[in-house]
Amino acid sequence: MPATTTWQDERASEIIAAHGAPEGGALPVLQALQAEFGFIPPEAVLAVAQALNLTRAEVHGVLTFYHDLRTEPPGRHILKLCRAEACQSMGAEALARHTLGRAAVEWGGTTPDGALTVEPVFCLGLCACAPSAMLDGEPVARLNPGRLDALLDGLA
Amino acid sequence: MSARLFVPRDAGALAVGAEAVARALAAGLRERGQDAEIVRTGSRGLYWLEPMVEVETPEGRIAYGPVGAENVPGLLDAGLLEGGAHALRLGRPEALPFLARQTRLTFSRCGIVDPRSLDEYRAHGGYRGLERALSLAPAEIVDQVIRSGLRGRGGAGFPTGIKWQTVLRAEGAPKYVVCNADEGDSGTFADRMIMEGDPFLLIEGMTIAALATGASVGFVYTRSEYPHAIETMNAAIATARAAGLLGATIQGSALSFDMAVRPGAGSYVCGEETALLDSLEGKRGMVRARPPLPAHRGLFGKPTVMNNLLSFAAVPTILADGADAYAAIGMGRSRGTMPIQLAGNIRHAGLFETGFGMTLGELVHDIGGGTATGRPVRAVQAGGPLGAYFPPSLFDTPFDYEALAAQDGLLGHGGLVVFDDTVDMAKQARFAMEFCAFESCGKCTPCRIGSVRGMEVIDRIVAGERTSENLVLLRDLCDTMRLGSLCALGGLTPLPVMSALTHFPEDFSTARRAAA
Repeated sequence: MPATTTWQDERASEIIAAHGAPEGGALPVLQALQAEFGFIPPEAVLAVAQALNLTRAEVHGVLTFYHDLRTEPPGRHILKLCRAEACQSMGAEALARHTLGRAAVEWGGTTPDGALTVEPVFCLGLCACAPSAMLDGEPVARLNPGRLDALLDGLA
Repeated sequence: MSARLFVPRDAGALAVGAEAVARALAAGLRERGQDAEIVRTGSRGLYWLEPMVEVETPEGRIAYGPVGAENVPGLLDAGLLEGGAHALRLGRPEALPFLARQTRLTFSRCGIVDPRSLDEYRAHGGYRGLERALSLAPAEIVDQVIRSGLRGRGGAGFPTGIKWQTVLRAEGAPKYVVCNADEGDSGTFADRMIMEGDPFLLIEGMTIAALATGASVGFVYTRSEYPHAIETMNAAIATARAAGLLGATIQGSALSFDMAVRPGAGSYVCGEETALLDSLEGKRGMVRARPPLPAHRGLFGKPTVMNNLLSFAAVPTILADGADAYAAIGMGRSRGTMPIQLAGNIRHAGLFETGFGMTLGELVHDIGGGTATGRPVRAVQAGGPLGAYFPPSLFDTPFDYEALAAQDGLLGHGGLVVFDDTVDMAKQARFAMEFCAFESCGKCTPCRIGSVRGMEVIDRIVAGERTSENLVLLRDLCDTMRLGSLCALGGLTPLPVMSALTHFPEDFSTARRAAA
């Protein structure tokens, strides 16, 4: 889980300086920023570009290529629900409908109270205990609507 | 000596409650004033029995499973520490048919040892392969790998030794060793299990590759979806470095080799080797045209040995026990063992390592026990999201690179995903196109545009719009994607689509769909 979801320019500069190496490219820097803040605002692109001697277009390109990287702050909790074939064979689609319906969000959306973001993921490597998900970085499997409800009800 | 209990810390076991079991065991032992060490291991790969707890007894280990935290007091009362009788007692794990029928070479230690203990790795045969390799010239190591018949375990099946020979002969410095652990195929988890359950095996395999090719720097590119694997791998690398098994000189030899883990960021196409290289350079994961081959110009334009994790993980055994022993297992041109992953709707889901040649039917029914739901098996997708769907009428197909290819399928990374008779194969075909569109790097048109058009055409067929013309169009589109795409993502997406259409045409018929 990110330490905070409030962007801080000064802290961001420290992270960029610590992770930015010209040969390493933009991805590790963006990953480090997201690990800290939970997201990367578009304003950060310029700072990363300048630090790595890249164009803004190159950094924007990396930021928008990877499914992991977010440009909006996520909710306090993040549920990554697997949509891939092995989970499909064990009812992932119904589980997804149930979960999105309960939270009243689309894929990638955050509940209005900022409590929960539901993201799709294509395989967590838990295919022998399908269907599966990752809740705040912890793997959960052999899910069904009841079990997922219990997990979500238990969140602060 | 106090008793030893073994509880997996594999992500699959954690996902079904292994952490709560470990905590309940610690608390229960404390309450009873009993003394026992709780060793955290990887998984044996019998996932339907996870969390599986084992105890060391004079007769060997005794397993219990699946254990919930609520079972722990009862287990301790029943004499768990002495292997006492209980409804969850499974007996010796090695005697369970699912394990007894395997040939475990790559997975010989996984689920047995503490993955973070270098001493246990050595005590169970680890680093014998590197020791042997250090006594050989680079060309002799390469020759061993060629003679073993080892082929790429990532899907393409290219001979690993030939790849190494190309890098050995290539000019340029530094040379790199890159492990493709970007295990994105649904239905596969073998890489994750090794990284979480036996990480020194990968370190040893990559070190041997460095020795054979003159490389000095290694990277394990793996998935952000595998945080536990990343953590365990990093811990093992630090331990190996402290022990002089990575770093400026290895075991006092002239070899200098160090390595690091690099997590990806949720992109499937980065499992394609050239996209992986771009991603490792911190860029967008765009597929590169070949030639040049990564062996000649790979990471940062330097000669690069790139193999799948399971290929590297097979190498220590080949060096330690000899190429001929490895090549003696298997069938046809598929030599050695394959860690097959039984996944999805299957009763005995898990990892089954065996020599090539078992049939799909044996794997799904005899080993896997049929579906988890108890309904009839309707289809099996072999080889991940780019692999073909097989109907039961083709279950006599052997699990072998050539035999699966002869049925317009592929072996891929060794995953089998089972579906019962409630599956809608037109929906699965559409999903294959949707997944390709979602994950396409966008560089080539057949993949980027073709996948979107593919979804639309399948929607029209299913809606009954000019069905016969649209079926012709879909086949034509699949040919274009297969022949015109730059990499396997666009090039192989037609396999699941066409196999669904060929073997399950009734699911594409409007009349049948209306009746259903």
